[in-house]
Amino acid sequence: MKKKSVLAAAMAGAMCMGLLAGCGGKGGDTADGNTFKIGTIGPLTGDNAIYGNAVANGAQIAVDEINALGGDIQLSLKAEDDVAAADTAVNAYNTLKDWGMQVLVGPTTSGSSIAVASEANADRMFMLTPSGSSADITEGKDNVFQVCFTDPNQGTAAADYISTNMPDSKIAIIYQNDIDYSQGIRNTFAAEAEEKGLEIVSEGTFTADTATDFSVQLTAAQAAGADLLFLPIYYQEASVILNQAKTMGFAPTVFGVDGMDGILTLPGFDTSLAEGVMLLTPFSADAEDEKTQNFVSEYQDRFGEIPNQFAADAYDAVYIVYEGLKAAGCTADMSYEDICEALVGQITTMSFDGLTGADMTWEATGEVSKAPMAVVIKDGAYVLP
Amino acid sequence: MTEFLNYLISGISLGSVYAIIALGYTMVYGIAKMLNFAHGDVIMVGGYVSFCAVFYLDLPGWLATILAIIVCTVLGVVIEGLAYKPLRQAGTLAVLITAIGVSYFLQNAAQLIWGTSTKSYASVMPGNLSLGGVTIPYISILTIAACLIIMVVLTQFINRSKLGKAMRACSEDKGAAQLMGIHVNRTISMTFAIGSALAAIAGVLLCSSYTTLNPTTGSMPGIKAFTAAVFGGIGSIPGAFLGGILLGVIESMAKAYLSSALANSIVFAVLIIVLLVRPAGLLGKYVPEKV
Repeated sequence: MKKKSVLAAAMAGAMCMGLLAGCGGKGGDTADGNTFKIGTIGPLTGDNAIYGNAVANGAQIAVDEINALGGDIQLSLKAEDDVAAADTAVNAYNTLKDWGMQVLVGPTTSGSSIAVASEANADRMFMLTPSGSSADITEGKDNVFQVCFTDPNQGTAAADYISTNMPDSKIAIIYQNDIDYSQGIRNTFAAEAEEKGLEIVSEGTFTADTATDFSVQLTAAQAAGADLLFLPIYYQEASVILNQAKTMGFAPTVFGVDGMDGILTLPGFDTSLAEGVMLLTPFSADAEDEKTQNFVSEYQDRFGEIPNQFAADAYDAVYIVYEGLKAAGCTADMSYEDICEALVGQITTMSFDGLTGADMTWEATGEVSKAPMAVVIKDGAYVLP
Repeated sequence: MTEFLNYLISGISLGSVYAIIALGYTMVYGIAKMLNFAHGDVIMVGGYVSFCAVFYLDLPGWLATILAIIVCTVLGVVIEGLAYKPLRQAGTLAVLITAIGVSYFLQNAAQLIWGTSTKSYASVMPGNLSLGGVTIPYISILTIAACLIIMVVLTQFINRSKLGKAMRACSEDKGAAQLMGIHVNRTISMTFAIGSALAAIAGVLLCSSYTTLNPTTGSMPGIKAFTAAVFGGIGSIPGAFLGGILLGVIESMAKAYLSSALANSIVFAVLIIVLLVRPAGLLGKYVPEKV
């Protein structure tokens, strides 16, 4: 009996080796002809599926447009699901590498991006995250870049905006203290608010486990006389807060950041609750320029909804990679390591005009420099205030 | 002072939801002597059924609630018949693991049917009542009232009705009850039916107060309500009520005056202390093990 199991284990081991060898061989292949293989990772299912699907859809539109140009650079895109979990994202990254990915446009969320960035840095895979906003993603990694602005950047920008436009506000903050995203924005917001002399009258926190009942935090904010509620959180929780604030008869000005983006497409959400909500976002689907208009109508035709910021970030990311590849003279038979070196050299010297900002530039640190823009929700759409 | 009253009201309202869920736990435990860990997920199903009734079929809130009650009652009886009844003679551990399995099954089935993305639940009773500086959401009043009515009706039912008597008999000794001509299986099915109907009501009230709905909506309130049932003394109906209300108020006060991040830790710390002092819970009967 014992002998048999040893034999079985040995055979299983041999089979695994065979499989691994097979994988290695496949991974070494590069794309044929002039087609570059671009991978993207995001939550295509799960709580944050709105983000991952927006990124995959936005990137797909850009890829199809570029391919339709018929130039020397053709792109092939593959999206993998990570349900916004860091360990799943690393698996997804490895799956994409096996497929022969040469450039990574992803992951979508910050936690996943931090995990994958270390892998991409060790492998020398060029990584451009459309929407991962934590500063930890790019820190110390020379081949990792961001399209969206960083969390610290958002906190500072929000405080600056409020101090310019609503300097006398009594501010209440409700944030989620068990995720980097929310905590990071809150910290820089509080620091900048102090510098600008803004008054923060109340702060409430919650965690993933207590993200359903905000009546206590809202009561505290109301009792402290807050007239502006800063919510550096994601839209699901924000929708609950808006609902409960209305039920309590508390009506402050609500100010969100890019995590608020998506609230209007939440199934069952009464969009009138979001009337007057302000948020910082680099992208407005109502912008008049031709580029945005084309993108929005194409997105609506294909996917039946108005694209959010994440879709625009991903669309830009693909174009940034495309411009970089073109300028550096990359060819599709190059290895991902060589492409990485070429793109790193290129992105730090180029300037890019996209949907999510004009004249974007990148420092060697990986952070993008562009100005965030504030929009206000009116009649169920974003408009400039 | 008005703040304190506001916190108290939100605590009692939260506690009432816990109490309604805890009643379901405690009834099933008291009579079938099993922990039905799938109870929290029946709440979630109740939430989804009423959401769909309002959102897709445009039914009024009360009709959606009735629909949810019917679906959950049937679901509860079916779960009991398929998953728990065959294990009637098996050890308690096997039943417990099966209950956990049913819980995962329901969560994943909900993911398949309704998708994983969060839905925003429209309260069945929006608006609020303002008394001086104290604002009381109508849904809180409805929740507290529903909880009180359910508690009273259930106590009367258990103490007065024939079926209630049969339930108490099963709870004391299944074998003897059977010898006295009580249909034990039917009585247990009935208990699940009542427990699941309560879960549906809890689902509607929970989602109305806390307006989001996803496949794991039921798990945390389920665990908290189980805690409440143990806190008050599992098996005891007034105990479940008391445990639920106390848990809600402690959670709310801990959030308001101590730390909103540590609220859950404080709630569970209180539970540990209570169980150290009174192992059977606040109103539970301590039954020494016969050897």
